[in-house]
Amino acid sequence: MASEALPSGAPAERVHGRRLLVIWAALTIISVLLIVFVAGPHMPPGNFSKEARDQRHINILLAALAMPVLFGVWTCLLYIFSTFRQGEGELQDGPPVRGHARLQVVWVVATAVIVLALGAFGTEELLGSAKGAGGGQGPDPLAVPAGQKVQVQVIGQQWAWTFRYPAYGGVETSQLALPEGQTTELHVTSLDVSHSFWAIQLGVKADAIPGSDNVAFVTPRHTGSFEIRCAELCGLWHGHMHNTGVVMTAAGFAAWIRQQQAVNAPATKTLPPYSTHYFPDPIRRAG
Amino acid sequence: MSVGAKALAIACATALAIVLVAIYIVDFLAATPSTVKAASAPGGARLTLQTVASYGHSPHPDWVSYLVQDGGGKWHHTTVFKVPAHSLVRVTIYQYDTATGLRNPFWSQVRGTVGNSMTVDGKTMNALDPDLASHTFAIPDMGITVPLKGVADDAKNQCSVAPCPLSMAHTTITFTFRTGKPGKYRWQCFVPCAASFIFGNGGPMQSPGWMDGYLVVA
Ligand SMILES: [Cu+2]
Ligand SMILES: [Cu+2]
Repeated sequence: MASEALPSGAPAERVHGRRLLVIWAALTIISVLLIVFVAGPHMPPGNFSKEARDQRHINILLAALAMPVLFGVWTCLLYIFSTFRQGEGELQDGPPVRGHARLQVVWVVATAVIVLALGAFGTEELLGSAKGAGGGQGPDPLAVPAGQKVQVQVIGQQWAWTFRYPAYGGVETSQLALPEGQTTELHVTSLDVSHSFWAIQLGVKADAIPGSDNVAFVTPRHTGSFEIRCAELCGLWHGHMHNTGVVMTAAGFAAWIRQQQAVNAPATKTLPPYSTHYFPDPIRRAG
Repeated sequence: MSVGAKALAIACATALAIVLVAIYIVDFLAATPSTVKAASAPGGARLTLQTVASYGHSPHPDWVSYLVQDGGGKWHHTTVFKVPAHSLVRVTIYQYDTATGLRNPFWSQVRGTVGNSMTVDGKTMNALDPDLASHTFAIPDMGITVPLKGVADDAKNQCSVAPCPLSMAHTTITFTFRTGKPGKYRWQCFVPCAASFIFGNGGPMQSPGWMDGYLVVA
């Protein structure tokens, strides 16, 4: 065993400690570099919106921060397993450990600092620069991006998403289109059970709750398409509750919404006035 | 317990678990409603359906349901319909149920059919008063929605046991749609029509064979 070749007592401890430190530091540096420069650019949800980019930055940061902890635990465990393994035939207790004030203080303080710092960082991101980071903020959002916003209502129903544009005559459509570069204010609600509106590549996820107005913000950075899924088990066809959304140029969006207004005119006439939620009206006669 | 006995116990428990899962899957698959082929017609197929307020037979005599007629005129209690690909499907729906009303009037508009229209008792329409809808026939992935007008609440001669004959109160809805490439497309009703279930969305609304099914395009 490796330990037999070493001096005993305190000097041996120091040698083990130094070895552990070197292995840990090497693995940590390599893994952090791999996370930041190799995996990072491919991390979800991508770069499609400002919110998605913020989320990716946070994913990269958290993954990188986890590396020293991960390799601290793994290195110690594997080193101890291989170095201090008891030989064949010898069966004896290890030396009793009766507390180690310095280790305990370092452990508690370091853990507390990491957790509190991440808590502060997350709070600042959510309420500050990331402005809710694409998550549903409920009816009275705390973090509201500055500037003009396109308002779109997302309506969940068993089993389809529809989208209402109050600024365009309250037209309702079965496809979601957003203008590029403009902040959209999404008002997510449901007409029956709980659904969850997940625009994957846009980094938006907001629960669709009947009778509730769940506001989320998103600013698409370029044109293209994104997937929409329901992220809350909502009944028989939950798995089919998907759409493809589109981000268009401002001119493309203007043309598209005009076309939708024309195509959906017969239905628009019958829609209830725009409201932040429609539940429980109209329950009508069923149920 | 010896190692051998332990291994045997684990193997037996695992085998039992696999058998139970297999039984569940087979049972689930076997419970899928049978498929009825739409009758052939020039240029495609003719699909004839009816909706009834209550099926009238076990296992759920009081559940609302769709039925389909085969080429020989016999009614079947299933919601899996087979139609040819790249062809016209002429649909006739005999609607025997009263109105419930759409929760989302968006579905009151006829979409995805030829001419984006339907006929209701012979009259061509492109939308229905959402309060008059009894059910919808909607195939979301094909962009097809047709709201079905219910019979009047006070209509005489209402039918309560399937299959309902044409002599009883009904509305007749017809429309035509074009199928594309082969596939299995789910269809559903968007009216919360499952009376006695919370918000009208349980039971038959959650069960293929009643208010949901597949259009098998082959
Ligand atoms: Cu859902
Ligand atoms: Cu129905």
